[in-house]
Amino acid sequence: MIALSDVHKAFGAKQVLRGLTLQVAKGESCVIIGGSGTGKSVCLKCILGLVTPDRGTITVDGQSVTTRDRDAFLARFGMLFQGGALFDSMPVWQNVAFRLLRGAQKRPKAEAREIAIEKLRRVGLMPDVAELYPSELSGGMQKRVGLARAIAAEPEIIFFDEPTTGLDPIMSGVINDLIREIVTEMGATAVTITHDMSSVRAIADKVAMLHDGTIRWHGPAAEIDTAEDPYLRQFVTGSAEGPIEAVR
Amino acid sequence: MSPLFGPLAGLGRSTLALLGAVGRVAIYAGSATSHILRPPFYPRELLRQLLHIGWLSLPVVGLTAFFTGGALALQIYAGGARFNAEAVVPQIVAIGIVRELGPVLGGLMVAGRVAAAIAAEIGTMKVTEQIDALVTLSTNPLKYLAVPRILAATISLPILVAVGDAIGVFGGYLVSTSRLGFNAAAYLQNTVDFLQPWDVTSGLIKGAVFGFLVALMGCYHGMNSGRGAQGVGRATTNAVVSASILILASNYLLTELFFTA
Repeated sequence: MIALSDVHKAFGAKQVLRGLTLQVAKGESCVIIGGSGTGKSVCLKCILGLVTPDRGTITVDGQSVTTRDRDAFLARFGMLFQGGALFDSMPVWQNVAFRLLRGAQKRPKAEAREIAIEKLRRVGLMPDVAELYPSELSGGMQKRVGLARAIAAEPEIIFFDEPTTGLDPIMSGVINDLIREIVTEMGATAVTITHDMSSVRAIADKVAMLHDGTIRWHGPAAEIDTAEDPYLRQFVTGSAEGPIEAVR
Repeated sequence: MSPLFGPLAGLGRSTLALLGAVGRVAIYAGSATSHILRPPFYPRELLRQLLHIGWLSLPVVGLTAFFTGGALALQIYAGGARFNAEAVVPQIVAIGIVRELGPVLGGLMVAGRVAAAIAAEIGTMKVTEQIDALVTLSTNPLKYLAVPRILAATISLPILVAVGDAIGVFGGYLVSTSRLGFNAAAYLQNTVDFLQPWDVTSGLIKGAVFGFLVALMGCYHGMNSGRGAQGVGRATTNAVVSASILILASNYLLTELFFTA
């Protein structure tokens, strides 16, 4: 289980997280929603230890994220970054197999390549894509490669940072369905951050709404349309009228 | 606060900022150096950087050395003529190139080409979250990105300087024999007789130090790049400027150490 308790984080004078408390159960798919700049990405980066919180505790299965054995800790995670974050100096298959080509999970090159191609196939890409470079791929293909990289080492926990940003509605639907299928198939714990409501409906078991640095509402995905919280209502309906200021 | 203290406070802030920057660079350099000897190692990355930093810098360094050697021969000949010392052209060209101009100009040319490229590449990786991706893939960015580049530049630059020295001396030889009427065999004999091994070795040591500084500045500014195109652009400029200044400053210190101590 991932547990965040009273997490605070400020960048200079800007207080981003103000006592964030959230729990994600093992095998659950939790989607964190919220407006731009509310701290969703910072929340994920705090869990991964990429950003150090000013206050509060974050644990994964009871183990603090500040553990000394960072490699073993990070080996449990896979992450799909918003822009893909593919390494443009190496071909697609080496991106996907990055973790399998070095470090504790290192495999022979041929085996790593085979796994990469299998994962590419799993996300709907043909094997001939393996030899291309990221700059030769469309945005949708880059997201799929990013997804293949995130699942290549069979992680227990997968993070998805704005998985559908910049994609057309059809490709967004494809990516959402893929994420749902893969998370279910692998039995992984998933945390997704998005402001795309179609992603929420496709991916989430549980939804948490982040506003003003804290969790404003959380509950089962099935309840987001009936919940009475005015902030959630405004966000779900996309209305300019409501407690959330349109100009922030 | 009295307006009189305004400039003083500004000076204090600038001094503290400078000292802070020096401290951060020193910590970064120490950390990168300590990782050179600790596994995991990335030999493929090192080979790739040797190719990029060393081999691909050869034309730039070679051309710079060639024209500098030629110009130096003309200048020494013209200057020497004022007190009937035209005959010292081979010796002064050789010592000027191998001790000073070879390493310094080679270092500055590599700073322009390599420090900028490293800062731009790592800076872009930072703003596109590729550095964060490396961390989530259990890879230390300092070890994977900075160490191979620093090592490759430290190894490459002395070799580039050695090649540049030869080309620079050849440039002087070509101008002296074709334009200034020197005898080819005598020119070469004078050059070989005059140069001491330490003249060449000191230049190669300077090259290694300059290579380290060039890659260090590229990596440091790339890793600390601001957001967006402007942030990467500023990191690139800062990398080239700081590498160039450090080359000139360390050249003075090394010359002081090698030849006056």
